[in-house]
Amino acid sequence: MGKTISVHQKASIGDKIFTLVNCGTLVIIFIIVAYPLYFTILASLSDPLETARGSITFFPKGFTLEAYQEVFKEPKVWVGYGNTIFYAVAGTMINLACTIPTAYALSHKRLPMRRLATWFFMFTMYFSGGMIPTYLVIKKLGLLDTRTVLLVCSAVQVYFLITARNYYDTSIPGEIYEAAYMDGASELGTFFKIALPLSKPIVALMVLYYAVMHWNNYINAFMYITSADKYPLQLVLRQILLMSGNMGQIAGNVDDDMMVLFMRKALLVESMKYALIFIASFPVMLAYVFVQKRFMSGLVTGAVKG
Amino acid sequence: MAINQKIKVRFNSLFGKSSHRYWQLYILMIPAIVYMAVFMYAPMYGVQIAFRDFSAKAGFWNSTWVGLKHFRRFLAYPEFWRIMKNTLSISLLNLIFGFPLPVMLALMLNEVRNRFFKKTVQMVTYLPYFISSVAFAGMITLFCDRNAGLITNILTSFGVERTNLLSVPEYFQPVYVGSYIWQHTGYTSVLYIAALSGVDPNIVDAAIVDGANRWQKVWHVDFQCLKPTIIIQLILSVGRILTLSYDRILLLQNELNMETSDIISTYVYRLGLLGGQFSYTTAIGLFNNIINLALLLIVNSLARKYSESSI
Repeated sequence: MGKTISVHQKASIGDKIFTLVNCGTLVIIFIIVAYPLYFTILASLSDPLETARGSITFFPKGFTLEAYQEVFKEPKVWVGYGNTIFYAVAGTMINLACTIPTAYALSHKRLPMRRLATWFFMFTMYFSGGMIPTYLVIKKLGLLDTRTVLLVCSAVQVYFLITARNYYDTSIPGEIYEAAYMDGASELGTFFKIALPLSKPIVALMVLYYAVMHWNNYINAFMYITSADKYPLQLVLRQILLMSGNMGQIAGNVDDDMMVLFMRKALLVESMKYALIFIASFPVMLAYVFVQKRFMSGLVTGAVKG
Repeated sequence: MAINQKIKVRFNSLFGKSSHRYWQLYILMIPAIVYMAVFMYAPMYGVQIAFRDFSAKAGFWNSTWVGLKHFRRFLAYPEFWRIMKNTLSISLLNLIFGFPLPVMLALMLNEVRNRFFKKTVQMVTYLPYFISSVAFAGMITLFCDRNAGLITNILTSFGVERTNLLSVPEYFQPVYVGSYIWQHTGYTSVLYIAALSGVDPNIVDAAIVDGANRWQKVWHVDFQCLKPTIIIQLILSVGRILTLSYDRILLLQNELNMETSDIISTYVYRLGLLGGQFSYTTAIGLFNNIINLALLLIVNSLARKYSESSI
């Protein structure tokens, strides 16, 4: 706080120019980042013909919710949404069961062979079997094209585990546990009765991290899932966004009414893509904005300690 | 005597009666350990098929041993060096253009006095990080479209010939790296913003008393304060130079831009998972992993040395 006051005492011309240049550049950066996001929303809300013509700039042209209506008529989207919610909820619970107790144990000063145990996890950040051996193991286990594989194949993210361990290291004083031992509590009892109730911030952060991971992940499903009824939203999205042919071939003047109608249907597909991008990304961004206010500081300290 | 004592204490802490119950902590770790064994360490064991001709019947252990056959094959293959070149060039472009921006953004945000403005810019620049790879690739594809693409339209107004940007090999890497930076700058800057919040206000006051203007304050106080973080991050990024995430590239790749978009992982995916050449592609993956490991170990010891000397 002290620095804010003292800087404000005397603003020279040089300082004013500084503020101007600084804020000006930030506004430009802000526009560069925000405009594509804004444009996506605009395009999804505009008349498909205008979107295809590329004439949208700052306001929706020929406002319509048609693209959204069409998207929600698509049964694939609902299947994908349902699957993703299942993978995100069940998967995150498995993640928590694997991550939180382990982070607590690894942070415990009296864990026998603590360094070795830590290395057991850390090593996989440096070296891995790679794509093909992992695929072969999953195939051997008979997990190909099952829902289980998406729930368990990334049950522990070592980076998150270390973040959680650092939280226990720095935020919960060891003396609390000592007191519990004096009362004769077992290790497991100490974890469930003492540590877990104190873990709310880190559990919330892990829920955010893992849920976003499940929500956004497509590569695991891409490699291991073949039947469409198990597709998560991201794979459905990929099908619609990236695999359908480009239908945006618009000719200059189309005067036949039927032709216009036909073109419009074809162009609507493009608008639907913008709508889908919005629908798929919005919940995650909302979760972030919601959680950010409370847990940003926890996130940052965990990351800095690395 | 002292050493004996130490060994005794250590022995007790491992096997002694008093500490017996600390082994219970391992019960808490069982799910994670099982997971790591099955999904991380079993594939590591399976990496030996790089030296064998894998057959599904014989499995990891019993397939015929062929030594370095697969390694010789890809090292002699001209295609491989093109893929290596693409991987390195995308990584380097990312590093050169993507590394300084988050630092600058953090320094600039740190100078903003208006809290609302600062929070808004910080939050909005962070948002793209949460867009999934698929949605992101979808946006890029739409924006690079020949007729209605946002980026195409902007470039055309600067006199660039109208074309689908993703179908021209020369444009692929700039488009990919540019969009990657767009998505990650805000996210990465959070780390530096956190480090800046640790700047001692007394030093700032002292600098102002000494007559420093704002430029000088940023350069002599803030930037110097960030230096350790910057250097460690730089060292770590260099160590990760061959660990290019491929999920976005896989989505943006098409037959027309293959020449500049094909990287090691996408090649392994195509020939291995799709083509069934398991041993050959495992060898490529292993080669890549070993270089990564070596790089990481080197830079980690550098980073450790640096952070020890700076503290």
